[in-house]
Amino acid sequence: MATSAQTVFKRPESLTEAQTHYCPGCTHGIIHRLVAESLDELNLRGRAVGVAPVGCSVLIYNYFNVDFMEAPHGRAPALATGFKRARPDMIVFTYQGDGDLASIGMGEIVHAANRGEKFTTIFVNNAIYGMTGGQMAPTTMPQQKTTTTPAGRDVSLAGYPVRMAELLSSLKTPSFVARAAVHTPMHIVSAKRIIKRAFQLQKEARCFTLVEVLSTCPTNWGISPTEATKWVGSDMKPYYPLGIFKDPDRENE
Amino acid sequence: MAKKLMKGNEAIGEAAICAGTLHYFAYPITPQSEVAEYLCWRLPEVGGVFVQAESEVAVGNMLFGAASTGKRVFTTSSSPGISLMQEAISYIAGAHLPVVFVNIVRGGPGLGGILPAQSDYFQATKGGGHGDYHLIVLAPASVQEAVDLVILAFDLADKYRGPVMVMGDGMIGQMMESVEFPSKHREPNDPDKSDWALNGAKDRKPRIVKSLFLDPKALEDNSFLLEKKYEEVKASEIRYELYKVRDDNRLLIVAYGTMARICQTAIDELEKEGIIVGLFRPITLAPFPEKEIFREATKDNIEVVLDIEMSTGQMIDDVERCLKGQREAVFFGHTGGIVPTPNEVIEQVRRQLEKKK
Repeated sequence: MATSAQTVFKRPESLTEAQTHYCPGCTHGIIHRLVAESLDELNLRGRAVGVAPVGCSVLIYNYFNVDFMEAPHGRAPALATGFKRARPDMIVFTYQGDGDLASIGMGEIVHAANRGEKFTTIFVNNAIYGMTGGQMAPTTMPQQKTTTTPAGRDVSLAGYPVRMAELLSSLKTPSFVARAAVHTPMHIVSAKRIIKRAFQLQKEARCFTLVEVLSTCPTNWGISPTEATKWVGSDMKPYYPLGIFKDPDRENE
Repeated sequence: MAKKLMKGNEAIGEAAICAGTLHYFAYPITPQSEVAEYLCWRLPEVGGVFVQAESEVAVGNMLFGAASTGKRVFTTSSSPGISLMQEAISYIAGAHLPVVFVNIVRGGPGLGGILPAQSDYFQATKGGGHGDYHLIVLAPASVQEAVDLVILAFDLADKYRGPVMVMGDGMIGQMMESVEFPSKHREPNDPDKSDWALNGAKDRKPRIVKSLFLDPKALEDNSFLLEKKYEEVKASEIRYELYKVRDDNRLLIVAYGTMARICQTAIDELEKEGIIVGLFRPITLAPFPEKEIFREATKDNIEVVLDIEMSTGQMIDDVERCLKGQREAVFFGHTGGIVPTPNEVIEQVRRQLEKKK
């Protein structure tokens, strides 16, 4: 049988060739790729507009081959709202970390979700402020050591980590809210399916869509990349359960 | 189009539609909530969109996003709300986005009061947000002028690709006057004709709307580009009005907005007594009509300049700067919602002229 070379794996068209600045063992790169593959596969690249956050992924526009806006800290959902209301024909997504979305941007994300704005949010939860050097985030785990909680997060003073997916899924307005992880190949495959579904729902102008993705920060967690992926499974996943919390097709369940 | 009797706030909303604006984002705040109450039904009639945001912080950032489409977008608010928008205003300036902000000023600081004031002059003309940037600031003195300046504000925002503020006061927003709108509405901007708006990187390289420049040289270049644009505005967009400025004036009043109208009444009264006083009314508060004020105030016949404001004295800093020490500038004003009366202005004029005898 004659065989010819066939491409089975390539850089998605939605990504540029630029090498990312992310630390070794950080999973931002994987999440970028899953978003880019979803845009490619749904043929959305040419009408996609991303909104960059403030945080480690502020330079995300260097890696995506799509139009981008760069929001003030936490305000990406407000920018996305403004853009999408003015151009409902475009595909709009925000890409935000935990400090950006769950702390300073808590108001903007809750109200965008509650209005049912038809954009997609990729919420990267790595339980720490990465870019500013490892301070406590609203999603930092109890007892987790950070530069502002050197003795570990004291829940009697700082409260418990915020579960954004659960919080947003408590809103009555129909939406798609899910949590995924990317610390093992199996989880990456599942995260891809969920992210693609979020963009598919936006393509159909169905509802607000948000995918929380558990991510790693070996640099600021002070452990190796291998230990970091293990910690996601052993410590984060039990507190932040994975799954689809709200789905417009399951509103009456 | 025939003249209509209309409340200032509603006329401002209609003016935006005349300017081809279909996107309005706002949060209620006295004394300008009627703009949202008007546009919430009026915009859908013309195919537009109103979003009532959760806060003025969100309003500013919705404008940031919506302006990135290349379409005309705006908001209206009042002092405390405008303070909350300063974050977005700084980013919008840094990212070169055309957005119109209307501030119907009320008394401050803090929650202040709900009555008319001009105490946001510093915030509007000297910054408010962080970084090197300038707003273009236009100050109407009537409902008709509010309409005209709102339309102009959109043109200037597009022309210079930056934020423009129309700064009225509670009086401009709340009073009813007869007003005439242009008979023909502007066509909304076509985002696909823009060379900077975001409309999808389908057949071109991606466009980025941003204000982050980690390389200090790039940031300096962006800041000087903003400065260069402002210099162009200074060269071509200065607007002001002279009232009864004659070569036998001994005193020149400088006042803007509602305060200037009250001064006109006082000037008319004084004229009956044979005292002829001139008024210089800046319409662009930023850029400030520096050369023009210097020219008018340093004429041989002018003995003193009287700056009158609904504040504790903010514009007077600019007036004194323009006079370069060649004439004395005296301040008079009320603030907190107290509006100086024509009689008070007359008394101040008499007192200053008496002193110069």
